[in-house]
Amino acid sequence: MPTQSELIYCYDGSFDGLLCCVFESYENKEIPIDILLPEASHAMLFATKSIPTDAQKAKRVLDSIPKKMGAAALNFVQHAFLTCLLQKELYILLFLRLGFRHGQSVMNMLTDDIVSTLFKAVKHLEQESHLLKGFLRFSIINKVLVGEIEPKNYVLPLLVQHFCERYPEERFLIHDKTHGMGLVYQPYQSAVIPIGALELPEVDEEEQHFRELWQLFYDTIAIQGRYNPECRMSHMPKRYWAYMTEFARTTQKNITRKLSSSSVNLLSTPVPEKLRSPNQT
Amino acid sequence: MDVFDKLKILTDAAKYDVACTSSGVNKKASAGGIGNAAACGICHSFSADGRCISLLKVLMTNVCAYDCQYCVNRLSNDTPRAFFTPRELAELTMNFYRRNYIEGLFLSSGVLKNPDYTCEQMIEALRILREEYRFSGYIHAKAIPGADSLLLARLGMLADRMSVNIELPSQNSLQLLAPDKSKHSILTPMGYIQNRIQENSRDLVKYRHTPKFVPAGQSTQMIIGATPESDYQILNLTEGLYQKYKLKRVFFSAYIPVAENSLLPTIDSKPPLWREHRLYQADWLLRFYGFAANELLDQQHQSFNPYLDPKCNWALNHMDFFPVDVNRAPYRDLLRVPGIGVTSAKRILTARRTTTLYFNGLKSLGVVLKRAQYFVTCSGKTAPDIKLTPNTMVRSLLSDKTRELYHLGFSSPTEQLSLFEQPSLLSSPQEDLRKCLPNLS
Repeated sequence: MPTQSELIYCYDGSFDGLLCCVFESYENKEIPIDILLPEASHAMLFATKSIPTDAQKAKRVLDSIPKKMGAAALNFVQHAFLTCLLQKELYILLFLRLGFRHGQSVMNMLTDDIVSTLFKAVKHLEQESHLLKGFLRFSIINKVLVGEIEPKNYVLPLLVQHFCERYPEERFLIHDKTHGMGLVYQPYQSAVIPIGALELPEVDEEEQHFRELWQLFYDTIAIQGRYNPECRMSHMPKRYWAYMTEFARTTQKNITRKLSSSSVNLLSTPVPEKLRSPNQT
Repeated sequence: MDVFDKLKILTDAAKYDVACTSSGVNKKASAGGIGNAAACGICHSFSADGRCISLLKVLMTNVCAYDCQYCVNRLSNDTPRAFFTPRELAELTMNFYRRNYIEGLFLSSGVLKNPDYTCEQMIEALRILREEYRFSGYIHAKAIPGADSLLLARLGMLADRMSVNIELPSQNSLQLLAPDKSKHSILTPMGYIQNRIQENSRDLVKYRHTPKFVPAGQSTQMIIGATPESDYQILNLTEGLYQKYKLKRVFFSAYIPVAENSLLPTIDSKPPLWREHRLYQADWLLRFYGFAANELLDQQHQSFNPYLDPKCNWALNHMDFFPVDVNRAPYRDLLRVPGIGVTSAKRILTARRTTTLYFNGLKSLGVVLKRAQYFVTCSGKTAPDIKLTPNTMVRSLLSDKTRELYHLGFSSPTEQLSLFEQPSLLSSPQEDLRKCLPNLS
């Protein structure tokens, strides 16, 4: 059993890159104390080791995961990589090392610190993506549905299937402001692509009309005699409110928004072939 | 009258309906259509009273030919009336749905002209949604008691879930407060829907493409605290409905006074929210924890303990059942332990396949040790440093909110033990109830 060395792995931030770290860890019989992105690792006192991403090495590790510990473990690790867990890379490496030793039963070792930390992080990711399926609001701008979110976890890959099955004939864009990414869809093809800043134009009369109707409905449906703001807050934390139509009463009209040329292009260009997600082809 | 006024009036009239769930069915949009549904249900917002908003919950019309005393829409109430045309309603639903405000539509209605006419209007609205907009989202339709069974059948083919409200938990109360409704007129459509669901599931085995009838099942709701039925009666009725009519859900709604009437609680009485809460807790125990109604309450104990949830209450009165060993006990026994829920019980089963569980491990599985430690052992060992005295146990089982109530009610330490003597404790909620109902007791 290799001991933990005072060494930091430095990887390119991709899932393949992380798998190469796993490969390296086995090849050199060492366990890093952390796995960081190049920018983050400069300031550290410990020696860093740059791990180049090698597609072949990554594939070897990737193929071995379902063989050694089952397809569920691979799916779990892929989800774990999307979470906002601090040191998720290190936890994933340690989890995979556990898995290569114990096989399928690693998914049952819920009392193990590494496994339970990762399970909690994945649960957080799934919870957040589930909530956003409901709390996300679209505005209809130039016949395109546009929605903005600011999630803690990288939830977009988990939203693809739901929204594509929901609005198959629409064009839509979901902008993840935290990660600078966007899910774009036009009939029968979707892609997740990087989107920096996105300025939205002022909404038209029809859009404003339905926003106000929704706000009216929201206010009316509550029963005064049962007023319970704590209960509302525990089900729907305030950090989601910023992008929800029912709470955006005054700000919309005051802010002048312009449709930047880049965002117009974004909404009208066909999705490049290679960016299509596998479940849409 | 513009659409804003209509929406306001018809939402206001619909808000006392509890069900807003969009669960029970998985589907995705058909080609050229719009809308999907997830079996787990999706909440789109929460209103200021903390209730989930999943569906556009409106009435087709709040004009009503009936005069049920507990209802805001009763004939004799002086209130503004409105109605949606089927097309208006369908358009509003689609516009909300496209913007992801809602999961679908919850359509109920007052009785306009007669039950059949009302039902036809609702069918037309759903037909526009399903056939013209090719909408596959969730639709919950209320069956109008007294409508023709052919109309109910048509409504059921368009909706995902249907419900017939029991409204009041006994025939006597119905007679008194809802003279136009009877046990018969409520249970007949409920039984009809159940039969059709069963028939349909048999057909689906034979022919895969048989159109689905109410695929998400049916539910009902009843009003709590408007009439003198005890928790025991209500819970038994609930259990009977689950068993006999295979309902997916029974909802409870604390009565909020809407009218001054000598037969009803006074207009300034508070809705019995705690009672409603306890009933929901018991409902969960019936559906997911394998409890029977007569285990939780019986002839001698007709009301829930106001300080303890029904499961803790059961545990304290059945100490001979415990301790349960987490490494050996079957799933159904684990579920009986306060502090262990469905999720943590399943995790225990998973985790103990590879390892022996100890108390620190239980914590990472999500078990609430503060409660559970008195009722479990880990391979024969009890939790370190626990005092198995009734007093410490009760303290740990009280929630933060009830602890305050509890200390207000019983100040001296000797009296605290009286929690085990059920009858003395249980007198208080019944007194509350009697205060609510001066003319019925």
